[in-house]
Amino acid sequence: MNLGKRFLHNRTAVATALFVLLIALAGVCAPVLAPNDPYATDILNKFADYSLQYPLGTDQLGRCVLSRLIYGIRPTLGLAMVTMFGTIGLGALLGITAGYFRGITEEVIMRLVDVMLSFPSQIMVFAVVALLGVSVQNVIIANVFIKWAWYARMIRTGVMQYRDCNFVRFSRCVGMPERFILFRHLLPSITSDLAVLASLDVGWAIINISTLSFLGLGVQAPTPEWGAMLNEAKEVLTSNPVQMIAPGAAIVTLVCCFNLMGDALRDVLDPKEVEG
Amino acid sequence: MLEFQNICVSFPSERQDRIFGKIRQQVLFDVSFNVRKGSCLGILGESGSGKSTLGRVLCGLLKPDRGQVLLDGKPVYGSRAGKRSLQNKLSVVFQDYTTSANPRFRVKDIIGEGLKVRERREGEKPDREKETAALLRMVGLPPEFSDRFPHELSGGQLQRMCIARAVACRPQIILFDEAVSSLDAHTQVQVMDLLRELKEKLDLTYVFITHNLTSVTYLCDDVLFLYQGKVTEHLSVENIGRTADPYAGKLLESIVMFEEAK
Ligand SMILES: Nc1ncnc2c1ncn2[C@@H]1O[C@H](COP(=O)(O)OP(=O)(O)OP(=O)(O)O)[C@@H](O)[C@H]1O
Ligand SMILES: [Mg+2]
Repeated sequence: MNLGKRFLHNRTAVATALFVLLIALAGVCAPVLAPNDPYATDILNKFADYSLQYPLGTDQLGRCVLSRLIYGIRPTLGLAMVTMFGTIGLGALLGITAGYFRGITEEVIMRLVDVMLSFPSQIMVFAVVALLGVSVQNVIIANVFIKWAWYARMIRTGVMQYRDCNFVRFSRCVGMPERFILFRHLLPSITSDLAVLASLDVGWAIINISTLSFLGLGVQAPTPEWGAMLNEAKEVLTSNPVQMIAPGAAIVTLVCCFNLMGDALRDVLDPKEVEG
Repeated sequence: MLEFQNICVSFPSERQDRIFGKIRQQVLFDVSFNVRKGSCLGILGESGSGKSTLGRVLCGLLKPDRGQVLLDGKPVYGSRAGKRSLQNKLSVVFQDYTTSANPRFRVKDIIGEGLKVRERREGEKPDREKETAALLRMVGLPPEFSDRFPHELSGGQLQRMCIARAVACRPQIILFDEAVSSLDAHTQVQVMDLLRELKEKLDLTYVFITHNLTSVTYLCDDVLFLYQGKVTEHLSVENIGRTADPYAGKLLESIVMFEEAK
């Protein structure tokens, strides 16, 4: 396959993928990379300026901001990924089922999707978290719960679009097994949409988890999650607004990166796109 | 070997008098005919007369409201075995070639799908690469094309590739829906010569849907006129000028006049 080659030809795709990999690696190697213990408080040294010992200064409890950022990669990125795989998995399963089998199955699934989509999503998250209790696990459940319907609908549309294509009809006509039609025709045809959705969705999940942490409903202090860090910085917004910068910038950069990656992936996965 | 018995097909109409109305617009009315083994049946008719719909019924993709398709005396619709035997014996070239090939497949994979069908049926593994090259050469395409994607071929080349794919299955019956209509006159003759040759060699049966009278007289043994979903005439090509049916006569006349005007 020259999919790899096309990927390498696309500068944005390579750059963003490398960046994300780098961040993920930093998260995995956090104990090695972080200059200080992210939980060690030093009240006497709070709001310290940038220095060699604390490259990004310290927060209101005197903890090293850089170390907390690096340790924060694990929950931030990890939870977003888990959320993304959960939503896509559930959405794809139901979307493909609906689009492929049609009939009563499709009716049931799509009406369920309609119901899900008619709730305001943010309020649903709050409701689910409030119902199940505040914990990381419940945040993920809530996010998957409100987002799968989008995917199901999107993927069903994709499947329907290709299901009546002549190349699928030909396969049907000459009696290729359904397995072949599903895995060689339909799934690859919708993967490019899926990849784009997925990378955009990771960005969405990061923001959403951070929002929940910011509101105190997600990851709890003192765990260094980026949204939770923003939440803590919020307390001292008037006296030390600089505290917002590090976690804020980190979130913005990572989310932008995922969004760019979504765009680039679309180009890479479309064979009609001219290589340049 | 192939027999259509009183086929009626209708689609839900968009003009309904009630919200959940069930008015249907009938497209095929009581179509009956049969195709002899080893012959070529041409189906002529104007645009919208139901030719492609008839094709879809023939491929087993559209269950008719009424009537039955018999293949070697066995019904196709209504039983798994009937469908299976149709799938084993039939191959098809669709009218719309732009969507006939998966844009993510290379030419060799597309033709490979046809070869795979044959492998499954006959249980022997042909040399894929050699077969693909031979098939491509047969339809007048250079074998180097096998690494290309469908969007890198011209419309006519794509159509010829679809013909190669249909032939790759080694079917007994091939349905061509406007398969040569988008080619230039020279390539058309070339492809039809090829089809004729194949038919002799492999003892194939063709159903050839077209607008084009010339290609019917060139390739077919019998011709069937379809007018607004009804069969108006079914006769052999030699007698085509002696048709008694007013519609068929008019269609012929207009085509002949057009040919002369050119
Ligand atoms: N899926 C469908 N739903 C509703 N109506 C349809 C559908 N498919 C075809 N028709 C109608 O059936 C009639 C016959 O269509 P068909 O495609 O068989 O024509 P055709 O003879 O192949 O025409 P052409 O020569 O232009 O290809 C047309 O009036 C068309 O509008
Ligand atoms: Mg047609």
